[in-house]
Amino acid sequence: MNRVRALFWRVVALAILAAGAYATWVRFTQGLGSATHLGDRYPWGLWIGFDILCGVGLAAGGFAITTAVYILHLERLRPIVRPTILTAFLGYVLVICALMVDLGKPWNIWRAIVWWNPHSVMFEVAWCVMLYTTVLALEFSPILFERLKWPRAVKVVKAVVVPLVGLGFILSTLHQSSLGSLYLILPTKLHPLWYSPLLPILFWLSAIAAGLAMVIFESGMSARAFGRALELDILQGVSKVMVLFLGIFLMTRFLDLGARGSLNAAFRFSGPGSYEAGMFWLEVALLALPMALVAIPRVRRNPQALFACSAIVVGGFLVNRLNVSTTGLDASSGYRYFPSWMEVAVTLSVVVVGLNVFRFAMRFLPVYVSGGHEVAKEDSRSAVYAQP
Amino acid sequence: MRALLFDNTKCIGCGLCMQACRTQNGLPETDAPDLNDKQFTVLKTTAGKHGEVNYRRLCMHCQEPTCASVCPVGALHKTATGPVLYNAEICLGCRYCIQACPFSVPRYEWNSLVPRVRKCTFCADRLAAGGINACAEACPAGATVAGEREALLREARARLAAEPDKYVPKIYGEHDAGGTSVLMLSSVPFSQLGLPDNLPAEPLSALTFRVLSKIPTFVCAGSFTMAGLWWLTNRKAEVARAEGGGAPRKGGRS
Repeated sequence: MNRVRALFWRVVALAILAAGAYATWVRFTQGLGSATHLGDRYPWGLWIGFDILCGVGLAAGGFAITTAVYILHLERLRPIVRPTILTAFLGYVLVICALMVDLGKPWNIWRAIVWWNPHSVMFEVAWCVMLYTTVLALEFSPILFERLKWPRAVKVVKAVVVPLVGLGFILSTLHQSSLGSLYLILPTKLHPLWYSPLLPILFWLSAIAAGLAMVIFESGMSARAFGRALELDILQGVSKVMVLFLGIFLMTRFLDLGARGSLNAAFRFSGPGSYEAGMFWLEVALLALPMALVAIPRVRRNPQALFACSAIVVGGFLVNRLNVSTTGLDASSGYRYFPSWMEVAVTLSVVVVGLNVFRFAMRFLPVYVSGGHEVAKEDSRSAVYAQP
Repeated sequence: MRALLFDNTKCIGCGLCMQACRTQNGLPETDAPDLNDKQFTVLKTTAGKHGEVNYRRLCMHCQEPTCASVCPVGALHKTATGPVLYNAEICLGCRYCIQACPFSVPRYEWNSLVPRVRKCTFCADRLAAGGINACAEACPAGATVAGEREALLREARARLAAEPDKYVPKIYGEHDAGGTSVLMLSSVPFSQLGLPDNLPAEPLSALTFRVLSKIPTFVCAGSFTMAGLWWLTNRKAEVARAEGGGAPRKGGRS
């Protein structure tokens, strides 16, 4: 039965990759117009809204957990540092790959290093991507060096790991918030349910919540895939911080909407504006419901329930980012954007590649360290392999 | 600073401005109803109190352009004489300018493999050679006139004062989003012309720069806070180790 399921998923993954490869080929031989539903009224679609905004946000577990362990000395979180860094690093590399497909002239990307415009949020975003990916690569490198048995290289990186993590916190905070700041320039275009001067802060708060949800979610995934026990005591601690950040996020969100008098836009259940109101409540429900559930000790002590709740938080986060980047712009653009199948295929391909590289790394690199001692553990290679 | 004044009460809808624009920029004939990558100005009609109103749309050439402020590489810039110009050479194609323009003007070559952002150039070449904008030169009805921005603002104010019943009491572009080099007078509300009537008087770039300008402070304060927290929690762990003779912290390793 397991084998049939594994085969099924393998076929699905290959079909997605084939479709994604074809879509990428069309994009680079016939242009963005042929491959996407983008246009002058809708210059940013799924590739920005999902691949970039969500991809970067879900990688936020990386800086949250490393800061907790290396700066705040919360030693008990150490066992999940490496898988979290792996996710974040992988996330950023995939974001850059996706960006290359979306940019009109990707070969000009290096020009952001030479031509500076410090008044542009996109300039800040570009620099944060470059610098934080470098930081993540360095944070990730000891895992590779251990596998290659280069103890001196490991020692060099470990000597600078604390300032590196501190730098990672600053760059990540700037990056996560700047993705929200991108939309500050659209006061007349973005729907009042999502436009707010607090966008950078809201993006930072929700990214931490979603990043932590992702840590729990992927621990559950890899526990299933590699037959390891879930680090439930650690993940419960993580889930409490997730609840805290979700609470602050939702409270800030509603206070802000109330203060700006935009809350009435959430109660339009028919006619124009009802679609936006519906998407708003979907977003709120997908974040508030798991928050309330995980706040109950009995729920978060149950691995299945904790896993499911974190998956819902990730879902709610995706809805939030897609709301800001698409739902909230539909009305002003006069165009109800829905991605083309090629846009969807490229995005799903990015997810499939991410999952598989993660699985590959988990199998062949010392990502899980035993009992807090940072030695390579070989057991992952002999672990029972199930489908992803 | 050069500017254009377009008064839709004078426009007769002949379309010579569009024709002159095509000739000037080497663009093909088209009957597309809106701006596109091969049409930098367009003549449209809307219903007014006394029949149809003809109006133009084109790049507004903002005093402090939103497009220029959002471009990561500075491929767009405001020139001293008025035109907002684009440098395709260094453009990455992120399309933030298209997203951010409050007037929804810039267009993209969606089907090109080396796509450019396309929009009105304010006939910068003609201006540099001492001429005036091709559309203003072609206009037989005096609906589009070119001149110094201050002079055109005075002219517009005079028209509003002389015939207040004819116009919406506003010079569009005098203050909107920090002011523009294309000024408009209209007999119908500007929102009917696709121009947002709720733009702040300060440039939109102020909205993002308010955040961006805090980065240096944040980096300094953040570094000190990080270092402080590291020292504090490290010290706490050391003290706990010394007092407890190496007893593990809650859930931690010894």
